[in-house]
Amino acid sequence: MASQQATAMTSIEESKPTVPLDAATVRFCGDSGDGMQLAGSQLTNTSALVGNDVATFPDFPAEIRAPRGTKAGVSGFQIHFASRKIFTPGDRVDALVAMNPAALITNLPDLVPGGVLIVDANAFEKRGLELAGCGSNPLEDGSLDGYQVFQVEVTKLTRAAVKEQGLSTKEADRCRNFFAMGLVFWLYDRPLEPTQRFIVEKFGRRPAVAEANRLALQAGYNYGITTEAFTSRFSVDPARLPPGKYRNITGNQALAWGLLAASKLSGCPLFYGTYPITPASDVLHELAKQKKFGVRTFQAEDEIAAITAAIGASFGGAMAVTGTSGPGLSLKTEAVGLAVMTELPLLILNVQRAGPSTGMPTKTEQADLNQALYGRHGECPLPVLAASSPADCFDVAIEAWRIAVRFMTPVLVLSDTYLANGSEPWRIPSTAGLDPIAVRHPEAAHDGEPFRPYVRDEWLARPWALPGTPGLMHRIGGLEKQDITGAVSYDPANHQHMVELRARKIANVARHAPPQRVEGPASGKLLVLGWGGTYGALATAVRRLWERGAPVAHAHLRYLYPLPANLGELLQRYDRVLVAELNLGQLRTRIRSEYLVDARGLNKVTGRPFTVGEVVDAIEKVLEEE
Amino acid sequence: MKTDAAPSAKKPSPNDYASGQDVRWCPGCGDYAILAQMKKTMASLGIPREKLVFVSGIGCSSRFPYYMNTYGIHSVHGRAPTVATGLKVVRPDLSVWVITGDGDGLSIGGNHLIHAIRRNLDINIVLFNNRIYGLTKGQYSPTSPLGKVTKSTPLGSIDNPLHILSVAIGCEGTFVARTIDVNTKHLGMVLQRAAEHRGTSFIEVYQNCVVFYDGAFEYATGRDTRDETTLELEHGKPMIFGKNRDKGIRLNGLEPEVVTLGNGITEDDLLVHDERAAEPSLAYLLSRMRQPEFPEPIGVFRAVDRPKYDELLNRQIDETIAAQGAGDLDRLFNSGDTWTVE
Repeated sequence: MASQQATAMTSIEESKPTVPLDAATVRFCGDSGDGMQLAGSQLTNTSALVGNDVATFPDFPAEIRAPRGTKAGVSGFQIHFASRKIFTPGDRVDALVAMNPAALITNLPDLVPGGVLIVDANAFEKRGLELAGCGSNPLEDGSLDGYQVFQVEVTKLTRAAVKEQGLSTKEADRCRNFFAMGLVFWLYDRPLEPTQRFIVEKFGRRPAVAEANRLALQAGYNYGITTEAFTSRFSVDPARLPPGKYRNITGNQALAWGLLAASKLSGCPLFYGTYPITPASDVLHELAKQKKFGVRTFQAEDEIAAITAAIGASFGGAMAVTGTSGPGLSLKTEAVGLAVMTELPLLILNVQRAGPSTGMPTKTEQADLNQALYGRHGECPLPVLAASSPADCFDVAIEAWRIAVRFMTPVLVLSDTYLANGSEPWRIPSTAGLDPIAVRHPEAAHDGEPFRPYVRDEWLARPWALPGTPGLMHRIGGLEKQDITGAVSYDPANHQHMVELRARKIANVARHAPPQRVEGPASGKLLVLGWGGTYGALATAVRRLWERGAPVAHAHLRYLYPLPANLGELLQRYDRVLVAELNLGQLRTRIRSEYLVDARGLNKVTGRPFTVGEVVDAIEKVLEEE
Repeated sequence: MKTDAAPSAKKPSPNDYASGQDVRWCPGCGDYAILAQMKKTMASLGIPREKLVFVSGIGCSSRFPYYMNTYGIHSVHGRAPTVATGLKVVRPDLSVWVITGDGDGLSIGGNHLIHAIRRNLDINIVLFNNRIYGLTKGQYSPTSPLGKVTKSTPLGSIDNPLHILSVAIGCEGTFVARTIDVNTKHLGMVLQRAAEHRGTSFIEVYQNCVVFYDGAFEYATGRDTRDETTLELEHGKPMIFGKNRDKGIRLNGLEPEVVTLGNGITEDDLLVHDERAAEPSLAYLLSRMRQPEFPEPIGVFRAVDRPKYDELLNRQIDETIAAQGAGDLDRLFNSGDTWTVE
């Protein structure tokens, strides 16, 4: 597609050389109203469509419209596209597009020395510089000397390009992101066609706006062709991904689609009870659209109602799911206990964000692990699983529901902001190839005997008897139950028995789960242990070190509770264990207490994911010891 | 009747609805009468036991589901309406009953109660109001009168009490009623009307706690006082009360007033009850009538039709499937921009 586009262009373009790259990282940044997320997602989609592997990192403030032009309002979208398999959005950016001074100031430290810097020169006037707190104009004071700076009059050129459409100045300025996109598309030899199609779909009902955006996009592209400032451009060839059909997918979309798939595979209609919360709300938005799959979404009055409604739906035989982020999970905690006590299948999704309290709602963190493992009263174990990449959210959702119904238990699924908003290519599965999820409901009984809701099968799961079934009437609830009969019981020995039984049942999940795998040497000097959304950074760092012959292995946990059955033995095979996580050492503490391993930590709580560089440095430091 | 299932061939007896678990309320508790009337009502309506689900929160009243030989969930404090919501939304075929109390439903669970009522799910909510916390042994509740001396209010309660029927009507509840535990005939009538209503039925039951607030409603139950202190509402009938049926409620401007019949005042001057009034103003006015200024109304304050949440939610799904066909996951996954790697 890229070459077709190029041949259609003028000879001027052909006269500019193209420099092949094996990967590039680009970041758009501007005001939160500048459409940077849209620009980033268009470049992502287009790069995916030309066959690159992609990884993205949208980064935006919690305020929908922070004061315009200030540093607080800066929104960014970073995309890494490559001709090889990649796992992260890149540590630093090769090209930075800054729509105003505040965006430039806040993002410049991430631009590589000598990197491409495109700025909207029109935004660097007195007011814009003041809002950004600039004492002098960075375009003039020499502070950008180490970069390839392209001062482009984006605002002026965009207004001129869309003049014929009769838009107000404000409306015309909303097309600036398309101009910037057009220029970047030219710079990296990307086709315009997918974005042109997007413009028709998104703005088709407002023809003047659609046409203006199309013109701005084209004007940006043509600017790259014609201006003498750009003497060359870049290309990134398609990646050699495993054969198949692909699409780009975000973590939240994959989570929602995984739920749809699990519902179909199990034959249980999906009920999603939730209360809006960043960054989990997109799961609700996605599912609310899917009514034709029989999905019932319930936007409850609060977090507690969301989970308790899901418990009611589970009792009724639905695939019951509640989704939230950390503060919401805190509110749901008591009800999670009810689900454990009543032994009903339920999925609890926690798309983690930086806490505690309201914390930094749009930033990523893995600091809810202790909450997931321990945050309940009483002896209250439940399986905890974590997704490792945006696409992996799909598989984790299915696996979690498989466990929930097999063991009759709530299952907690951990995602995070980085996975939720980030995206990567997803090899589209055929649903015929996905394993069905067996669900059994006891049939009607006519023997007049009281139903026994707490008898157990070989995995210690109790039966899921549905209201409406004659002869199986029974009551469940939060009070301790007598084993087998389910009658309320205060018998001391029974309580001891039931507490241990529930613990044994959840421990059985480890026997059911696949053994923990390791990437790299099966034994040796160092094992890097991680979990959840840090997979990309750790996997990339370890691969980089392999190229240098470093003796390091990587194990990434999906099962946080119970821990994999072979994990203790696996940890013993390495001289050192480095637990890398975006918290102050929650998994490390658990590993140390469970296995008496002298694990050390790589920890970070800045609201941002690990960079590959800092993981590499940490590993090298450990390897250099002795 | 709320269930789609046909009644079983053999007419069930109230005893068929007893779970056999020992009932552990205090001797003399008003809850016994409610339990008995519930079993009787279910039997007379012939609702199959397997189609019934009783959902409760925490408190004395919330033990109720254990005593019914039906399906049941004894959930967390205050949240029964939400559990019922999730259940009813996925299982509209079931007859779902929420059993709650003044602490469970109005204090810790107040939020859920108002949202359940405004959504108008096709469920029934029975609130046992005994004006005290019983299970936690005698603290004041949101319905305790001002000045009530309890363990937690040794100098008297300073909380203005909540009048839940005013709240239920404010939420535009489609079925709002009040009855009294010992008035078994009236209680049975109200439960039956609630069962027959489509939409959220909300019933406040004056219920006596013999241990922590004995006699809270003695004025409304005592043989000598009840006719003067309560007003039995009947649709289309003038509001008359009193042992000699010689008193009535008349509207004076926007305010109700008690009048004595005779001396030129006739039944024609009295307010006539209209439970089906589209506007909830009359029902609200009735909910404000309290002792000692007024007799307290019992019966059905309001019974109107309004779309039901569970029905609307499921209809959106049905209509989408009818218009677009059932969802195809493979089609969804392959929609939009895709590319193939050879």
